[in-house]
Amino acid sequence: MTALFAVAAKEIRDGLRNRWVVAIALIFAFLAIGLAWFGPAVSGTVGFAPLATTIVSLSSLAVFLIPLIALMLGYDTVVGEDESGTLTLLLTYPISRLQLLGGKFLGHAAILALSTVLGFGAAGLLIAALTQQLDSAALWREFGFFILTATLLGWVFAAMACLISVSVTEKAKAAGLALVVWFGAVIVFDLALLGLLVATRGAVGELGRVVLPYLLLLNPADVFRVANLVGFAPARSYAGLANVVAADTLSPAVLVAVLAGWAALTFALAAWRFQRRNI
Amino acid sequence: MTAAPAIALEGIGRRFGALTALNGVSLTVPEGQIWGLLGHNGAGKTTMMKLVLGLLRPSTGTVRVLGLTPTGPEAGALRRRIGYLPEAVAFYDDLSGREALRYFARLKGRPAREADGLLERVELAAAADRRIKTYSKGMRQRLGLAQALLGDPRLLLLDEPTVGLDPIATGRFYQLLRDLRDQGVTTLLSSHVLPGIERHVDRVAILGGGRLLASGTMEELRAATPLPVSIRLCGTWPPGQWQDLVSDPRISVRRHAAGDLEILVPAGGKLDLLRQLMAAEGVADISLTPPGLEALYAHFCHPDSPRRETP
Repeated sequence: MTALFAVAAKEIRDGLRNRWVVAIALIFAFLAIGLAWFGPAVSGTVGFAPLATTIVSLSSLAVFLIPLIALMLGYDTVVGEDESGTLTLLLTYPISRLQLLGGKFLGHAAILALSTVLGFGAAGLLIAALTQQLDSAALWREFGFFILTATLLGWVFAAMACLISVSVTEKAKAAGLALVVWFGAVIVFDLALLGLLVATRGAVGELGRVVLPYLLLLNPADVFRVANLVGFAPARSYAGLANVVAADTLSPAVLVAVLAGWAALTFALAAWRFQRRNI
Repeated sequence: MTAAPAIALEGIGRRFGALTALNGVSLTVPEGQIWGLLGHNGAGKTTMMKLVLGLLRPSTGTVRVLGLTPTGPEAGALRRRIGYLPEAVAFYDDLSGREALRYFARLKGRPAREADGLLERVELAAAADRRIKTYSKGMRQRLGLAQALLGDPRLLLLDEPTVGLDPIATGRFYQLLRDLRDQGVTTLLSSHVLPGIERHVDRVAILGGGRLLASGTMEELRAATPLPVSIRLCGTWPPGQWQDLVSDPRISVRRHAAGDLEILVPAGGKLDLLRQLMAAEGVADISLTPPGLEALYAHFCHPDSPRRETP
C-alpha cells in the first residue's frame, strides 16, 4: 500500500510541478466565466447568464475538453517510463504491476478532481455571486452534480490513457492512439449514431426509441452529456441527440454509476493488459 | 546468513518466439564475490539479469536467487534484498537527485534519510537538490548506483555500470564494490569494456550466443586455454644469437624495432624458457604478460579464429 501511495504522490507532485493542475484549473475557470459572460451576448444582452444556463453550455464544451486533457495527462504514463528505462527498474522494486498502475491512475484521478473542483468551483462561486444566486441550494446541487460528473468523465479517460499506455511500446503511438480514442468518443460515435437514425428513419420505430438511450451508454462522453443536458429543464432545447433520451429513462444516479463503472472497467482492462506486457 | 548461493542457475533457457536468447546456462555465484558478466551485444547478458531479477520467467530450467525463486510469492521479499542498475537508465529529469532517490526509497519501504546518506556515499550530496536534467552522465550513473544500494541489498545486479564514468570515478566505483564485498555483498556486473575490468572482478562469466562459454577466475580461464604467455626481452645481443634460445617449435618470436624481442610461449614452457633467458648474455630486462581478458574473451567467443596474441 505504501508503494501505491508513493507512486500516486509522485504523480500528483509531478502534476503540480509541471503546472498541469494550475493549467487545467485555469482553463476550466476561464471557460466557465467566459461562457457565462458571452453566452447572453449572443442573444443580445450583456452581463452574466445564470449558473444553470452556464452549466449547460459548459458541459457541451467540457465533453470535448475533459477527455482530451485526461488523455494528454496520462497517455505516456507507462510507455514513457518504459522508453526512459525506469519501468524495468520500478518492476524490480517490491511493487506489483497493479500497485504501480493503480498509483499512477490514483495520482491522475486526484489531479483531475483537484483541478475540476478548483477551476469550476471558483468560477461557479464567482458567477453565482455576480448574479446574486449564492443562496440557491437547488442550483448548487446541480452545479455539484456537474462537477461530480465532469470529474468522473475525467477519470474514465484517465483510465483510457492507462489502457493506451500499457498497450503500446512507443510514446508516439500512444499519442496517436489517444487522439483516435478522443476523436471517436466525442465526435465519431455521435455521428455514427446519428447516421444510423437517419438511415433507418421510420424503420427504427418503437424499438429504436427504447434502444437508443442504452446505445448512448456505450460512450462515456455521451453518458456525461445525457447526465448534464437532460437533467436540466432549460437544457432540453440544447441537448440535441441526447434529448432523444427521455429524462426518466435514466436517472442521474444511474448515469453516475455508469460513468464510475466505465472508469472501473477500463482501469481493470488496463491492469489486465499491463500484467501481460513484456518487459 | 543463508548458506544458499547468491545466484544459482540450472540449465536455464529463454526463448522469445523463434529467438533463443539463452540456452542451457548453468551458473552458480557464491555469496560475497564480484562477478563480471561479459559478452557482446545480444549474447544474453540482459536476459540473464532479467531472469535473476524475476522480470522474466525462464522457458526451461530453474533460477534461485539468495535461495528464493524470483518469480512468484517470494518475489516481494527477494526484491527488498536486491539492488539493480539498468543500462542507460534516464531518471526523472524534472526531479532533483534527492527527490528521485527518496521516491525510490519509499518504493522500497526505506526511510527518506537513507536516501540522503547514500547521496553522500556516491558523492552527490552537493548536487542533490539540482534537477537531474542538469546532471552529467557520470552523475546520473552514480545516482543509479545509489538507487541500487537502497535497503542494504545482499545482491547487486549492475548493467554496464561504468559507462560514462571517468577513470577516477571508475576506480572509486570498484572500491565501493570491494567495500561492499567485504560486508558479504555479491555483485554481478555486465560490461563490454574489457580492458582493466579483470583487476576489479573476482570471477568472470563469458556469454556468447546464449550459451555460457566459460566461467571462473582469470587463472582458471587461462588454464583452460592454450593461449601463450608473452615475454618481452630488452637487451643487446648479436644478430642471430637469439635464435638459439628458442629452438622449441611451440615458441614463436617477434622482433620489435628497438631490437626488443617478444616471445610467445605456452604456459607450460614458461619457466624453462625463463631459466634459459636468465642465463643468456645480453638480456637486460624481462617482462612477463599473461594472456589478458581480451585475449581470453576472443579465444572463448571465437575458438576457431586464428590465435590472437596479447598486445
